[in-house]
Amino acid sequence: MKRLRTRRHEVVLNRSAGGDVGITVLLAILGVFMFIPMYYTVIQSLKPLNELFYFPPRFYVVHPTLDNFGNLFNLMSDSWVPFSRYIFNTVLISVGGTFGNLVLSSICAYALAKIDFPGGKQCFWIIQKSLMFSATVGSIIKFIILTWLGWIDTYLAVIVPAWCSTLGLYLMKQFMESNVSTAILESARLDGASEFRTFWSIAMPMVKPAWLTLIIFSFQGLWQMGSSEYIYSEQLKTLNYAIGQITAAGITRAGASAAATVVMMVVPIIVFVISQSNIIETMGSSGMKD
Amino acid sequence: MSKNTEKKVKTRREMTKAQWTWFLVRRNKMAYFMVAPFMILFFLFTIVPVFLSLLLSFTSFNMLEPPKFIFMDNYITLFLDDDLFLTALKNTLIFAVIVGPASYIISFAVAWFLNELSPRVRAVATLVFYAPSISGNVYLIWATMFSGDAYGYVNGVLLKLGLIDTPILWFTNTKYIMPLCIMVALWTSLGTSFLSFIAGLQGIDKSLFEAGSIDGVRNRWQELWYITLPSMKPQLMFGAIMSITGSFGFGGIVSALAGNPPTDYVGYTLSHHLSEYQGNRWEVGYASAITFLMFLLMIGANLLVTKLISKLGE
Repeated sequence: MKRLRTRRHEVVLNRSAGGDVGITVLLAILGVFMFIPMYYTVIQSLKPLNELFYFPPRFYVVHPTLDNFGNLFNLMSDSWVPFSRYIFNTVLISVGGTFGNLVLSSICAYALAKIDFPGGKQCFWIIQKSLMFSATVGSIIKFIILTWLGWIDTYLAVIVPAWCSTLGLYLMKQFMESNVSTAILESARLDGASEFRTFWSIAMPMVKPAWLTLIIFSFQGLWQMGSSEYIYSEQLKTLNYAIGQITAAGITRAGASAAATVVMMVVPIIVFVISQSNIIETMGSSGMKD
Repeated sequence: MSKNTEKKVKTRREMTKAQWTWFLVRRNKMAYFMVAPFMILFFLFTIVPVFLSLLLSFTSFNMLEPPKFIFMDNYITLFLDDDLFLTALKNTLIFAVIVGPASYIISFAVAWFLNELSPRVRAVATLVFYAPSISGNVYLIWATMFSGDAYGYVNGVLLKLGLIDTPILWFTNTKYIMPLCIMVALWTSLGTSFLSFIAGLQGIDKSLFEAGSIDGVRNRWQELWYITLPSMKPQLMFGAIMSITGSFGFGGIVSALAGNPPTDYVGYTLSHHLSEYQGNRWEVGYASAITFLMFLLMIGANLLVTKLISKLGE
């Protein structure tokens, strides 16, 4: 009889020990390749000036310092528009855009997933197809439409289009389809609950992982938005844009720019760490059934 | 009997198809109110722009004077008279053909390898692989690592080892721009599709593997081909769309690392060409022709690949 391999007290099928080793090595190499630049960014931000320009460059830091972060904040306070304004803009755009996207997408996703009405399938079909091209494709006409609405150079030009980003809606709809049981909704409807009531008090609490995922994807995108082609005024520009201006000064600000990158990347990474299991749960139903 | 009850409700059979649809529409009024806000904005900012850009691509338009109809002239100029466009198209296709499939395969392979690890290790490893794609400008560190002077890490090491005697100008030397940008693009490309694969692999019914083993699946590769891939078709489809769409819009990384335009237009892509005509020259009709071609490329590639994936395992 074939001897069965076990791993963590479970029988392992179809896995040779050699293959396991080979794959682990390959994964480790790839992992190091992925990790080194991230690590190097953090190390650069902690290096004092003389170590930044040390030859040969070092992959570690001898006298770690937070000076670069201090410099970054000094540079920020020197800017023409008060730095708090950039932070305010980014927060306003991220929160406003994400909130609207969450509300509109989840209401729409509920109707598409759980109500069978003429036209619903066609709506979803076109949303699915819209995942097949990027927003760049429509950017010129979007400019014309925004001009026509009179929204150019206002917050609305970036916030409102974010409301109808389709990835969140798509994930929400797929998740509702597989995780909200129609029987429960039917019984609520029979009890006389309105469609909106069923959505709000029954469906929404059942799809918490999906809203968290939608919030995170939308927030990540908006948080990292740099300069937008629809906004000219300096007072309306974002944090990422302002940091870009600081780091654009080049080699003299190598330390401060590494510190800036660290500041910008820490937020999305922490958010992902906290919500990883919810995101993975949502992505479980992300599949496309043609 | 009162008159009310005599006014009988028609049944499905007595209605024409149009009447029945109208009945369903009225009964589900609420659904339309729920869908409307999103769909209106979605049409306004996503669908209408695509169709209008098709219309504008047949005109000469500078946003000040009304558009002049010139039929195919923009397209003719693009293909016959604009060498830079052909360079951009070629580079975009090279990037798409390399980065799209490579990022797709790497995302899947890594997700598949990670699936063997214990949940806690897997969570950490997922973060390591996923982090570059969500960390915004972090890819700029590649400019520091491959900086053209002796303080760039790679040059430093090569100089120290005596492999080179003068620093290499990585991001200005035409020989290295494309490969480096492709490498950086791949580094940031383990994004949404990667997460979708991880989740999809966890969702496969374990009893399928046992059944497969009894039915003669001998090793992990057979298991992958006969069980794992076919059960993940929906995720593979979604992931393909995410990877392909991303790979055609490529350009930001090139501008950030090699400059815009890069040396001798190596690595110059359609999105650079578009921003040149749209942002700097205001030739909206011409730019619309470029966007419409980009739209066709993306949709075409996506439809082709999703068709291929749906054939998988059949």
